Amino acid sequence: MSDAYTRQLNEDLLRPLLQTSWRFYLLVAFLGSIVAMGLGTWAWQMWNGFGVTGINNPIFWAFYITNFVFWIGISHAGTLISAILRLVNAGWRRPVTRCAEVITAFALMIGALFPIIHLGRPWLFFWLMPYPSSRQIWPNFRSPLVWDFFAITTYLTGSVLFLVLPMIPDFALVRDKTTGWRHRVYGALALGWTGTPKQWHRLESAMSIMAIAIIPVAVSVHTIVSFDFSMAPVPMWHSTMFGPYFVAGAIFSGIAGLIIAMAALRKFLHLEAYLHPLHFQNLGKLLLLMSLLWAYFVFAERLTIWYGNEPSEIAVMNVTQRGSFAPLYWTMVVCNFVLPFTILSIKKLRTITGCVIASFGVLIGMWLERFLIVVPSLGHKYLPYSWGVYRPRPVEIMITISTFAAMTLLYVLFSKLVPIISIWEMKAGQHPAHAASEAVAHDAVLGETRA
Amino acid sequence: MSAVYALYPDGDSAQRAVNGLKAAGLGDDAITVIAGEPLEHHPFFETDKSTWMWYLASFGGLVGLSFATWLTRMTELAWPINTGNMPIVAWWPNLIIMFEMTMLFAILASVLTLLVTAGLPGRRGAIYDPQVMDGKILVGVANPGDAVAVERALTVAGATVIKN
Repeated sequence: MSDAYTRQLNEDLLRPLLQTSWRFYLLVAFLGSIVAMGLGTWAWQMWNGFGVTGINNPIFWAFYITNFVFWIGISHAGTLISAILRLVNAGWRRPVTRCAEVITAFALMIGALFPIIHLGRPWLFFWLMPYPSSRQIWPNFRSPLVWDFFAITTYLTGSVLFLVLPMIPDFALVRDKTTGWRHRVYGALALGWTGTPKQWHRLESAMSIMAIAIIPVAVSVHTIVSFDFSMAPVPMWHSTMFGPYFVAGAIFSGIAGLIIAMAALRKFLHLEAYLHPLHFQNLGKLLLLMSLLWAYFVFAERLTIWYGNEPSEIAVMNVTQRGSFAPLYWTMVVCNFVLPFTILSIKKLRTITGCVIASFGVLIGMWLERFLIVVPSLGHKYLPYSWGVYRPRPVEIMITISTFAAMTLLYVLFSKLVPIISIWEMKAGQHPAHAASEAVAHDAVLGETRA
Repeated sequence: MSAVYALYPDGDSAQRAVNGLKAAGLGDDAITVIAGEPLEHHPFFETDKSTWMWYLASFGGLVGLSFATWLTRMTELAWPINTGNMPIVAWWPNLIIMFEMTMLFAILASVLTLLVTAGLPGRRGAIYDPQVMDGKILVGVANPGDAVAVERALTVAGATVIKN
């Protein structure tokens, strides 16, 4: 690997950390104000009570739990994809992994916030923790909500460590390339990293172990989120396929989130030399695969219910496909299947723009899917006298919008403070031994550039 | 503490330097190698590769499994609540907690092992040069007995810079 390449790499990937334009401050101020409005709205909800939301008998789960499931799904973009690509030693993962892992950490934090918002009295959140209360009552481990607590805690801890450990060598790089307060701060974060063979070997061993451990944990997390629904005898919830269906949907929306994040980074941080069209093409193919898998699950689920002809389930099915929820349902089908299938199955359309359009569609479609799982079933339980309707109130809409702003804000701040592409992994990828195995990928990039 | 080190532009010249130092009678423990990226496929980078991390991670997982088994069983027996006609000690749901705790403790054990065995957090050693971040490979010796012989071995290998 040439020194010139290394210097160029350092310069390109450290530029966002060392140079700040007025646009950054403007964006942070804009997003920060939306987040502040969201926090203010939440405070207002706590002050006035849960009655300010549209949640009412019989629909006790609505926007907040939809958002919870949606954001936990988005979190599957990062660590899971990164761990799989790391284990199969896919060379093209190098510029992608950190962009992806950051999504996991922040999406999990935001997702985990929603059950707390939904508590109404969030200061009692600690009741979920496994400790005996004053009456020596422990959390009931037979409750899926307690499973959520353990699964999300494990996944969040693992994902944050999986993200942070490979950042240590890059912190050392920033330490050596900066002066003043940056040198001191990044020096502390680098933990005294030098780069001896022992340190590199230990880091790689730890990453391998964590990659192996984090994959089943990621699968378990969304399976357990699906158990929140499938353990309840509610029409169209009590299904054995909810686990894999939720996991597939989570990976689907996660990849869409990753494509959008990568396209934004490429555009605004000028990372065209590192995030190639090939990366988007590969992720686009994965997105297409997940779209087909999602359609398969929806078909299998709907066919089984239709064939079974159980009245309470047919009532929910009809209200989503032909009743008041039909516009949302068919928008979901278009966004999750028709749009990505059309764009991504045609090679000419599988460009960066095409992948981003498909991804935006998938994000909208998957949010609608979560909403359509939660609300219609609760509103149409077994006996018609208990049926009800739900209309979201401004509080819920504002908090929902603010979480999207929070996600973007956290991502923007992270990419300002940490190299968003793992620099040492990029250097390692240029090593002759690695470069040979990645030659095919480079050829594909060149071929595409010529085309 | 005195030290002599040199910077090399590529793995091959760094390998020659390490070979030269070994020929001068220095052991692996006495030679310091530092690089800005993992340099696989070079013998000088193959040192210190064996680790107990996999075993310790497995042990951590076992500790997590045991802890979760104790926690779920003990708490269910401490306050027996009949839930949905399930048995008081309900192994099916307990398995979920046991799985998560197994994985969490395995992950924590591997991270702890990394930090301890890689000496993190710690102070940077006597031998370090920020140029390793620009792609240079550092080969050096701390407290060399025969500094002249060390410098010669480093120079012969094609060092771009030699520093004391």
